[in-house]
Amino acid sequence: MNSDKKQLESKLLAEFVPRLEKTTLSWYLLFGFFLLLFAFGVYGLVTQIREGHIVTGMRDNVVWGMYIVNFIFFMGLSYAGALVSGSLHLFRSHWRGPVIRIAELVTVISLLIGPCFILFCIGRLDRLHFLILYPRIQSPITWDVIAITTDIFGCFIFLYLSFIEDFATLRDRVNMKMPEWRKKIYKVLALGYTGTPAQRKQLVLARDIMAGMIIAIAVIVYSVLAWIFGVTLQPGWHSTIFGPYFVIAAVFSGTGLLIILMWFFRKIYHLEEYITRTHFINVGVIMLVIACFYGYFTFSDYLTKWYGSVKMDKVLIDRLFTDFYWLFIFSNYVGILVPIVVVGLPRLRTINNITFAALIALIGLWVNRYLIVIPTLETPYLPIQDTREAWISYSSTWVEWSLSLAGIAVFGILIMLATKLVPIISVSEMTDDDEKYKQKVSF
Amino acid sequence: MKDEEIDELKSSRREFIFMGAGLGVIALAAAAGSGVFKFKGDDPDAKSTKVKVLTTDGKLVEVEASQLMNPTEDLYVSREASRHGLPGRKFAMVIDLGKCKNARKCVDACQAGHHLTKDQEWMRVYLLQESPKEAPFWFPRPCFHCDSPMCASVCPVGATYKRSDGIVLVDNERCIGCKFCMTGCPYSVRVFNWDKPPSEDLDIPYSPETNLPGREGTVGKCVFCADKLRQGELPRCVQACPMGVIYFGDVIEDTVTNGTDTVKFSDLIRDKAAYRYLESLGTEPSVYYLPPTDRQFPVERGLEGIDEEVKERYKHTSPYELIKPSNE
Repeated sequence: MNSDKKQLESKLLAEFVPRLEKTTLSWYLLFGFFLLLFAFGVYGLVTQIREGHIVTGMRDNVVWGMYIVNFIFFMGLSYAGALVSGSLHLFRSHWRGPVIRIAELVTVISLLIGPCFILFCIGRLDRLHFLILYPRIQSPITWDVIAITTDIFGCFIFLYLSFIEDFATLRDRVNMKMPEWRKKIYKVLALGYTGTPAQRKQLVLARDIMAGMIIAIAVIVYSVLAWIFGVTLQPGWHSTIFGPYFVIAAVFSGTGLLIILMWFFRKIYHLEEYITRTHFINVGVIMLVIACFYGYFTFSDYLTKWYGSVKMDKVLIDRLFTDFYWLFIFSNYVGILVPIVVVGLPRLRTINNITFAALIALIGLWVNRYLIVIPTLETPYLPIQDTREAWISYSSTWVEWSLSLAGIAVFGILIMLATKLVPIISVSEMTDDDEKYKQKVSF
Repeated sequence: MKDEEIDELKSSRREFIFMGAGLGVIALAAAAGSGVFKFKGDDPDAKSTKVKVLTTDGKLVEVEASQLMNPTEDLYVSREASRHGLPGRKFAMVIDLGKCKNARKCVDACQAGHHLTKDQEWMRVYLLQESPKEAPFWFPRPCFHCDSPMCASVCPVGATYKRSDGIVLVDNERCIGCKFCMTGCPYSVRVFNWDKPPSEDLDIPYSPETNLPGREGTVGKCVFCADKLRQGELPRCVQACPMGVIYFGDVIEDTVTNGTDTVKFSDLIRDKAAYRYLESLGTEPSVYYLPPTDRQFPVERGLEGIDEEVKERYKHTSPYELIKPSNE
């Protein structure tokens, strides 16, 4: 490590360690707020378990509602790390330092939250172990169980590997003002890493392998998720493009969230020096490219359905352009065009604009998933002939909202806890010198 | 058991089997809770309690209570046994749309037989019209018991399965309630127990052939009355239909019957140009429809004498405009 890097390291540590040591009042307040939201969600879940799924807005036609929408959405967010951090790491993008940790945290945390939503949707939680006891490999849900568990482990390992150097640095740092048990945590978690050349070589190799693996696993996970819809015969779902379409949509939402979090951390932690406009533009350009692909897939999917006009596809598209008109316009026009225009025109590329575009894209993507799940279920082959309004069209209840908000709250809670464990900007990535990669074993 | 004894038992069964109040069981309904009894051989340990029962020829006789037994004991088909179809059978249903007038007796009989609520319709009668110039018609829809069932393919735990005799059943002791089968089925056949179904309290052992007792958080659907078929009887909807709309039978025997008429399955299918609903989806249904030609009733008659609530459900569909009463 040359002297510049050494200097940077001590500067970073001087800046970040106090944040690990001291906890501000506003941190507690925000944390408390998230805990409240979480408690509300727990109350909703208890209500649902006690009174049955009748308390949700789901009924025999729309059997999957907001839970599944959230499930797809959170799984998509996990792409921020899987693809973005994985490829940034592999391509050794020189600017990745300040953003890569945020991306990795987003991956693991949203990957923990996403599958919970599919559990809320299951009628007999007490029989969940049947998925392991009596698995049928023919079922896409079994594919999902295998893929998601693999993904969680893979992403967790990748995240952990990226923490080790920082854990070791924190362990070796004397005079940290924190209780002994916390120091002990760093000691245990650092796994005896001292930065010897052999250890370094191993760590670099392990991270490279994991980066490659989580990219592949993430593509598989999201394709499998798409196939849950794609393999059915339902109008709107039965589409060959769904696998790649979902993958692209996921990366889109992942980069969107990454930009939003970069904005937050920059504001809260005053990281103006580290996370600069260049970073926003770089991640923004990734978002722009993905938005183009995503828009193209969306257009291609709906065009072929509309032009060929198979009866049920036509009925579905007619509904999308009547009952769901504004949602459709927002998610599939505004949500795609705004990021393209904002990042595409150099004049508009301010940090706030890019963040705003990312926010629009993120909300648009949630709505897009809603429009994939709900209208199709409201348009079965045999017309719904029922008198009860709730059984004809879906509207979510407070229980579903409480659990959705709890999902966001848990995301906040876990991110906040993570910022107390490690510096939010990876010290090791920032002080990373290209020298160590020269020793890298090629594979 | 010796042969004579078996013969004796069979003959006494013939006399003492009473199914349902309509056939004349007046006694003991409360004693065992099911109202269905059969004669049982002498049991020396049983207490001597006399009860009155009505025989099939209308005589009131007194028998030992110990000589009666609940037939559900030996009719009960376990979860494991119900995974195997009746050997050498392949069931099919033919529904003659020309005869259906939405009398809804099939729906009622199904709901009564399976302890369903009014809202849970395993058999459902739709008001359909294929295109604006075509005539509207009533369309009874049981489960199609597809030969290539999407629901069974997508089930992650094997709760839904296809039997050798063509029947698709749900084991709701296995079902985890993921509802994937419900999105998989293109015919909206499946019904979810969103809250506790009334049949959950039934004090009988669970059998997938009746899907009773129901369980909250699991899926139910038409079972082709697999329990009745095992006893050599027709499904409840077939028995209940006053118009003889629904024919049921066996493809291997090449015979179907609606209870009064028995016809050759292949002839009926060919002569009346039967079709299967949404054949293009490739699910290979076991239920065939005869096109609504030579109608016995004008389609409007289907709105007569039905509950206002039921009538209401057809109102927002387009064929209703064509058949609504003139005063509306």
